[in-house]
Amino acid sequence: MNKSNNISLLSGFNAMFRRDCLHCIKNPSQLLNPLIFFVMITAAFPFAVDSSKSQLTQIGPGIIWIMAILSYLLTLQHLYLDDADDGCLDYIILSPQPLPLLVLAKICAHWISSGLPLIIVSPIIGIIYQMQVDTILVMIATLFFGTFALSLIGSIGASLTISINNSNILVSLLVLPIMIPILIFGARTIGLYQAGTTTISGLYFMSAYCMFALSFSPFASAAALKIGSE
Amino acid sequence: MSSPRYFYSIATSLIPWFLVSGLILMVAGLINGLFYAPPDYQQGDAFRIIYVHVPSAYISMMAYSLMAFAAFVALIWRIKIAHAVIVGAAPLGAWFTFLALLTGSIWGRPMWGTWWEWGDPRLTSELLMLFLYLGYMALRASLPNLAQADKLSAILILIGAINIPIIHFSVEWWTSLHQGPTLLKAGGPAIDSLMLYPLLAMIIGTTLYFGSLLLVRTKAEVLNREKNSRWAKKMLLGDQL
Repeated sequence: MNKSNNISLLSGFNAMFRRDCLHCIKNPSQLLNPLIFFVMITAAFPFAVDSSKSQLTQIGPGIIWIMAILSYLLTLQHLYLDDADDGCLDYIILSPQPLPLLVLAKICAHWISSGLPLIIVSPIIGIIYQMQVDTILVMIATLFFGTFALSLIGSIGASLTISINNSNILVSLLVLPIMIPILIFGARTIGLYQAGTTTISGLYFMSAYCMFALSFSPFASAAALKIGSE
Repeated sequence: MSSPRYFYSIATSLIPWFLVSGLILMVAGLINGLFYAPPDYQQGDAFRIIYVHVPSAYISMMAYSLMAFAAFVALIWRIKIAHAVIVGAAPLGAWFTFLALLTGSIWGRPMWGTWWEWGDPRLTSELLMLFLYLGYMALRASLPNLAQADKLSAILILIGAINIPIIHFSVEWWTSLHQGPTLLKAGGPAIDSLMLYPLLAMIIGTTLYFGSLLLVRTKAEVLNREKNSRWAKKMLLGDQL
């Protein structure tokens, strides 16, 4: 009867995912500005501190991870707020597809547009901070799990604040305490690898945290979006 | 309990009991703890700050658990009074968290030789706890619509509650790798009963005191929400209606 009822879950997910990715490609400044911010600030740190090789390798993982989180927080406002502003969000909520699934599609697209570029430029930052090639590989692995977890947690903060104007700082206040485990394990895993100790447990933890966040974030975000757009 | 009017009258009659018994226990606990408990064999008289520190730290966690429970109840069964309880508990919990941090820091000065020690997981996860409280209050303050603020902040509290064990675990793991000075630990579980009983009295007394403050604050919040209802007008204005 109604054609929209025949759309499968997967094609609903795909449509949402493709739409958000296209939206991002057509607004490249949304993607590039946080990335340039990440590169510029990480490159500015060595000017401010002692830039000897031993010092940089010691503080490098921490700075890279802090800056990854900060530049990520900048991207969160585009996750739902753009759709809320032009009214698309109401249609997304009203659609026959389950909202948590569509939210998950948006989160995945957000990771493609914010997490993946960060991972791609991170080797350059690793070289600035005098990292070895194998350390850079470990860093990429932590960023891979970590940024996806950041997208999932950030989605909760962004969805809780869609009815608030200028909510950027508020989102940071809400999600930063919850992001601390990712920061600790992300930065320490790289640091431990540099010190020559075992790193696989840190990666295990980060992937487990990813799965854990995956289990509640789409549902919490969907509930918050529904309440927030009432 | 879910009817605001009934809650209001129950709370009014409970507050004096909580307050008086709490104050009696706190005074008794403080006098015994500060003057009659023997000094610690390692820490001397400096250990006596536990009579303020431990109850504050306990309340800071208890208050968040209470808020998480109330948020759960409020979201699942849509009991409105639970939202008022969360609003009442948040600033109190944040304040006790701050007190726990402050007293812990003052204790750390003679014991560890520093005001702040990143090597202690309890100190650092308590700090993150304070951030969770502040985040809740910031979200609440920026949402003007009451029904929306209630539900959204309840979601935030639940998200925080399921993350607290992970935050605590990761901080603990992190500090075990962190090379800090070796910490002095109080004499293990074998604590002298002269030290223990005042501490228990302080914990129970502070909890009762917290309970009375919570009831006062929740009462005010309920009244504010029900200000247009007939029973509230009748009670406040009395014969003038």
